[in-house]
Amino acid sequence: MSNYLSLENVGITFKTQNGPFRALDDVSIKIEKGEYVTMIGHSGCGKSTVLNIVAGLLTATEGVVLLENKEVNAPGPDRAVVFQNHSLLPWLTVYENVRLGVDKVFAKTKSKAERDEWTKHNLKLVHMEHAMDKRPGEISGGMKQRVGIARALAMEPKVLLMDEPFGALDALTRAHLQDSVMEIQAELGNTVIMITHDVDEAVLLSDRIVMLTNGPSATIGEILTVDLPRPRNRLALAEDPHYHHLRGQVLEFLYHRQLRPAA
Amino acid sequence: MKSNIVRLTPQQESPPEESTAVIPESASNAASTATRATKSVEKIPASTTRNYALWRASGTTLIKNIFLPVLTFLVVGVIWSYIHSHIAPEIPSIADTWTRAKEILADPLAQNGPNDMGIGWQVLYSLGRVLGGFALAAIVGIPVGFVMGMSENFQKAVQPLIQILRPVSPLAWLPIGLLLFKAVNPSAIFVIFITSIWPMIMNTAAGVKAIPKDYMNVAAVLRLGKLEITRKILLPATLPHVITGMRLSLSIAWMVIVAAEMLTGGIGIGFYVWDEWNNLNVPSIIVAIFIIGIVGIILESVMTLVHRHFDYSR
Repeated sequence: MSNYLSLENVGITFKTQNGPFRALDDVSIKIEKGEYVTMIGHSGCGKSTVLNIVAGLLTATEGVVLLENKEVNAPGPDRAVVFQNHSLLPWLTVYENVRLGVDKVFAKTKSKAERDEWTKHNLKLVHMEHAMDKRPGEISGGMKQRVGIARALAMEPKVLLMDEPFGALDALTRAHLQDSVMEIQAELGNTVIMITHDVDEAVLLSDRIVMLTNGPSATIGEILTVDLPRPRNRLALAEDPHYHHLRGQVLEFLYHRQLRPAA
Repeated sequence: MKSNIVRLTPQQESPPEESTAVIPESASNAASTATRATKSVEKIPASTTRNYALWRASGTTLIKNIFLPVLTFLVVGVIWSYIHSHIAPEIPSIADTWTRAKEILADPLAQNGPNDMGIGWQVLYSLGRVLGGFALAAIVGIPVGFVMGMSENFQKAVQPLIQILRPVSPLAWLPIGLLLFKAVNPSAIFVIFITSIWPMIMNTAAGVKAIPKDYMNVAAVLRLGKLEITRKILLPATLPHVITGMRLSLSIAWMVIVAAEMLTGGIGIGFYVWDEWNNLNVPSIIVAIFIIGIVGIILESVMTLVHRHFDYSR
C-alpha cells in the first residue's frame, strides 16, 4: 500500500477541569492518493478530532501524521478544510472569499489574471459563478457550503478535509451537493477525508469507510471497503442489493456493536 | 420565490422606533417587493389582494407612526399648559416659548460679539468639542480595546482600573482637566474624551473576543501572518462592535457636554442654557432643550446609518 497520507498510532489527551480526557487512542490508517475516505461514528466519538489533527489545528499527544512522508504539525493550505458551518467571511463577497485563499497559495506562481481566472474556474466547478458578487448573508446554506468547497478546492490541496460538510443542510440540498462532490471528485481525483454521521452519504461517496468506536479513547473499530463501481447513481443504488449489504454493515457496527449506552 | 418571501418579511415589519421619515422609503420597498413577487407568481387575483393588503398595512403604519407620536406631544402640551396656568406660572406658556423659538431661530448664525452669538454657533462650538474628544477617544480607545481583546494578560492588568473608573461621572474629571491644561476648552474636550473612551474600549474588546473560532481556523489553514490576520480578519470582524461603541459614546458625550459647558462657560449650548437661566430667560432654556434633543437625534441617526453599512449579518 502506498504511503500518501498516513496516521500512525495517533492519540490525543485533552486537559480539562476534571483532569485529563483521553479522546483518541492509537488511530492508524494509510490513505492512498485519490482515495475518498469517510469517518463515521456516533457524535462525540472524536471524528472531528481526527480531522483537526490531520488539518494541524490540533496537535496529537502521541503518534504522527505523515503526508508524502513528511510530518504535519501545523495547519496549511495543502490540507484545506471545508468546515461544517461554511466559515465564509461575511464581509467578503463569494468571489473574494475564494480569492483570499487563491492569492495566498498562488502568490508567487500565478499572475493576477491567472488567479482571477482560477478563482472563477473553481466557482464554476461548484456552480456558483452566478453569485460571485453576493455576500454570504445573501445566499442559502447550500450555496454557502458550495462556496466553502470552492475555496478549499481552489487551494489545490493535497488532501481535502471535510468536516460534516452537509450536516446543516436539508435532505434535498444535501443530495444535490453530494452529486456535485462526486462529479468534482471524478474530475479532479482529490484525496478526501470526510467526517459524516450519515450512513447513506458514507456509502454513496466513499472508497473506504472508517468506523470509529465510542469515546473516550475512541479508535478505529472497523474499515469497510466500498467496492461499488463509479460513477455511482443514487437512484440505481437504491435497488442494488450490494449497496444495501454495505449499508447494513455500517448500521450493524453503529447500532449493534457501538450503540451508545445512553443515547 | 423562496428568497422573495424571506426578503418581504423584514421590510414589512418596520420597527416601532423608526422615525416617520422612513415611512415612504419602506412603503416603496414593500411595493417593489410586491411587484417582484407578482412577476414570479403570475396569478393576478392573488397579487391584487396582496397589493391591497400591503396598501392597508402601509396605511396603518402611517397612522401609527404619525398619529401616535402626535398624540403624545398633545398630552405633554396639555400637561405643560396646566403647569403654567395652575402650578408654576414661572414656567412660560407654549405660546411664549414658540415666540421665543422664532426669535432664536430667525438668525441662528448671528454674531454680535463673543457674548451674543446665535444658537447655531452655540451648537457648533459644542459639537466641535464633542467631536474633538470623541476622535481622541477613538484614537486611544480602539487600539487599547483591540489589545485587551487579544491578550488575556493585558485584560487582566487593566480590567480592574477600567472597572473603577468607568462608573465615575466624567464631570468629576473636569478639575483634573483644568489643572492639567490651565484652560477651559481643552478641559471640556478632556471630559468628553473620558466619557467616550470606556464604551469604545469595552465594545472593541468584546468584538475581538466574539470573533468566531472558525475565522481563526480559516486564517490558520491559509497560513495568514499576524499582520494579515489583523487586517483581513480581526479588523473587519470587529468593525460592527467598534461602531456600536462609538455610537454609544457619542450619545453619552452629547449629554455630558451640556453639563460640562455649564461649568466651563464660553460659547456652547450648555453655557447658553446656564446663561439664560442667570438672565431668567426660561423660554430660551426650553427652546434650547428641544434643540439639544434634535441634534442628539441627528447624531444618533448618523451613527445608525454608519452601523447599518457595516452590519454584515443583515
